[in-house]
Amino acid sequence: MIYLDNSATTKTHPDVISVMTDVMNNIYGNPSSLHGLGVKAERLVEQARRVIAKKLDCHPSEILFTSGGTEANNLAIKGVADQLQSRGRHLITTSVEHPSVFEVMKQLEEKGWKVTYLPVDSWGRVSPDAVEKALTDETVLVSIMHVNNEVGTIQPIHEIGQRLAKYPKILFHVDAVQSFAKIPLKPKQAGIDLLSVSAHKFHGPKGIGALYIRKNVEITPLLVGGGQERGFRSGTHHVPGIAGMAKAVVLTEQQTNFLARCQEWKESFLDHITSKLQPVLVNGDVTGEGTAPYIISLSFPGLKSEVLVHALEEEGVFVSSKSACSSKLETPSRVLKAMGRTDQEALSSIRISMGYDTTKEEIEQCAEALIRVVPKLQQVVKVR
Amino acid sequence: MCGSADPCRSKITTSGEGAVKMEFHLILLRYGELSLKGKNKAEFEGRLIRNIQQKLKEFPNVRITKEHGRMFVELNGEPSAPVMDKLKEVFGLVGFSPAIRVESKLESIQKAALQLVKNTNGIQTFKVNSKRANKQFPIPSLELNHRIGGYILANAQPIQVDVHHPDLTVHVEVRSKASYVYGNDIPGLGGLPVGSSGRVMLLLSGGIDSPVAGYLALKRGVELQAIHFHSYPFTSERAKQKVIDLARILTRFGGNIRLHVVPFTEIQTEINKHCYESYTITIMRRMMLRIAEALAKKNQALALVTGESLGQVASQTLESMQTINAVTHMPILRPVISMDKQEIMTIAKQIGTYETSILPYEDCCTIFLPKAPKTKPDQEVAEKLEARLDLERLIQEAVEGTEVIELSAEETDEFSYF
Repeated sequence: MIYLDNSATTKTHPDVISVMTDVMNNIYGNPSSLHGLGVKAERLVEQARRVIAKKLDCHPSEILFTSGGTEANNLAIKGVADQLQSRGRHLITTSVEHPSVFEVMKQLEEKGWKVTYLPVDSWGRVSPDAVEKALTDETVLVSIMHVNNEVGTIQPIHEIGQRLAKYPKILFHVDAVQSFAKIPLKPKQAGIDLLSVSAHKFHGPKGIGALYIRKNVEITPLLVGGGQERGFRSGTHHVPGIAGMAKAVVLTEQQTNFLARCQEWKESFLDHITSKLQPVLVNGDVTGEGTAPYIISLSFPGLKSEVLVHALEEEGVFVSSKSACSSKLETPSRVLKAMGRTDQEALSSIRISMGYDTTKEEIEQCAEALIRVVPKLQQVVKVR
Repeated sequence: MCGSADPCRSKITTSGEGAVKMEFHLILLRYGELSLKGKNKAEFEGRLIRNIQQKLKEFPNVRITKEHGRMFVELNGEPSAPVMDKLKEVFGLVGFSPAIRVESKLESIQKAALQLVKNTNGIQTFKVNSKRANKQFPIPSLELNHRIGGYILANAQPIQVDVHHPDLTVHVEVRSKASYVYGNDIPGLGGLPVGSSGRVMLLLSGGIDSPVAGYLALKRGVELQAIHFHSYPFTSERAKQKVIDLARILTRFGGNIRLHVVPFTEIQTEINKHCYESYTITIMRRMMLRIAEALAKKNQALALVTGESLGQVASQTLESMQTINAVTHMPILRPVISMDKQEIMTIAKQIGTYETSILPYEDCCTIFLPKAPKTKPDQEVAEKLEARLDLERLIQEAVEGTEVIELSAEETDEFSYF
């Protein structure tokens, strides 16, 4: 089996599972309890928080644990919107965000907020100029993803952060779910106020994530109750998940050449595919620069994503059509459409995404499988 | 992958210029007060160097050098910003400046100066201040100022020269081996290097004041140990954890700190049982001082430090202090004695203890708090009441039962999972 759907989720690392098992067996106290068992669990949570904080080069108190990336994104955007609505009711985002940002924006629009969805170029990149031009006196938040989940395009977060630095009252949220623990991004350096991450994208457990929230930024909580996480996120801490997430971060740090090797494999993969198959389009930054090297997005006009996914599955290769969250719907990818792809092109995309455990052989075998499968399918539907 | 500083950033930069990061080679250190210390200078410098080395341990390539009576941190490729963040926590440093080292040639110096100007944010005016230590260098200082300034004016737009109140002073030092170019002085903490003034014992509660008092004592170069009185089960595990956390924050400034956690339950119970309610605080504080003195002597500390601020609470009136202080001849340093609460809070926020101090766990001073504590307690009354207690045994048991926790600046991780 060749698993290449790592941007949907990754295989949990065995060491992460061991840590979580041990925590469930031994450190089962509630971190909010007064007694020693609770205090011990709390210390574990705080040690894990330091690991995440170190990764983001921030203070541990700036990290809030959430149930995952979706909650982190919801909390960031709705939390800011609710907190700052008296200052203005305008939000800026892009047309290629993950649904957990995009749909939140739609929901806020229904509640009377004005939302600017910035266009992207054919590589899926938003222009920092456009961000600055879209700012109004009413703008309270700009939310832009770091790495696009469908095509891997890296947004110019540093440049946008630099532009926004001139407007200290406007907050900047970055959905870094697809990049955290892979491509370095330090909120302080990049002028980011809020940043979402999720553990299961880098071999951590599902059901745990975090939101970086810069010191002195106030947001309204989504969940109220016991007042955990400084009141920003009530609910008993998911202690094993939190420990597992920290473990997963530490494990990624033990691998030093993840990006370089992905880039190398991606390049030879694309050379191979484009020389053997026609028609094929590479989505995203075709120069190979400014795109996360661990994500490959291809369109095979005339074929359907779903059919490709299943045909590859028969070959033992697991890939994705669009993002996992939207792949069940038979509509052309919103992201690819925003990048100027036709309906046909946008309906025929697949995403091949690597994890820390992906091998060179797997990528090569995936290419071979595509080269076997695609011409057959093309013959059936008479593309050529 | 994690070592490289954002490999993707430069790739997607279109304008190029804004993303050029300046490479600093070394950091020039200033330590004014030490130079006043005459013959002790060498010892203080040695102490300062050791403290800086300790602080910069996580940067293996960094070297501290001394040359021409100046101290430098040689970065050897380490990033300057996080190193400077660490230097901002070292007492004894008055200021520092990251510097570029270039060969002693006009063109190289000009380029470095221009780079400095371009990379300094938010400046509209500048001046050049050149020093020519190497008199072999063919251009005299004044002319050098003009030629570097002219080069900057021609190549960095828009910027003006202001020789009186410049936003940025470009310092240039021409020496024989190399020349140094650096900008404005970044202020350090000042004070004296920790460890140069002997050892003290800080009475550390969970409140806002005592960590600040500890910090201010550290500023004057003391080596700090701390004492906390723990009245389990009246005070919780969390109250103790809070004090450990506070002491650990102080290690950022003070290096290793030994924390003594004194079992105080029996003493408090005994005081409560045998003494007038209005005197419980007075007697409790007298007991604390006696135990602190015993622990100080045991650990070769020369003075006690408290977070008392005159008149802030009942036990901090002059009358109270006099009655409480009477049990010891040891000097008691009270660094925040004249500060308002607001001033203390400002420092607490600066040094990062405030957030921890305001966590709502009871400490031994808030339990058994009498409704009407005596604001002018009488020494004789206190002594009479104490006669009902088995003082010697209580103190001895407390001292013997004290738990010692060694805290170091590196976060010691309790769990080995990650």
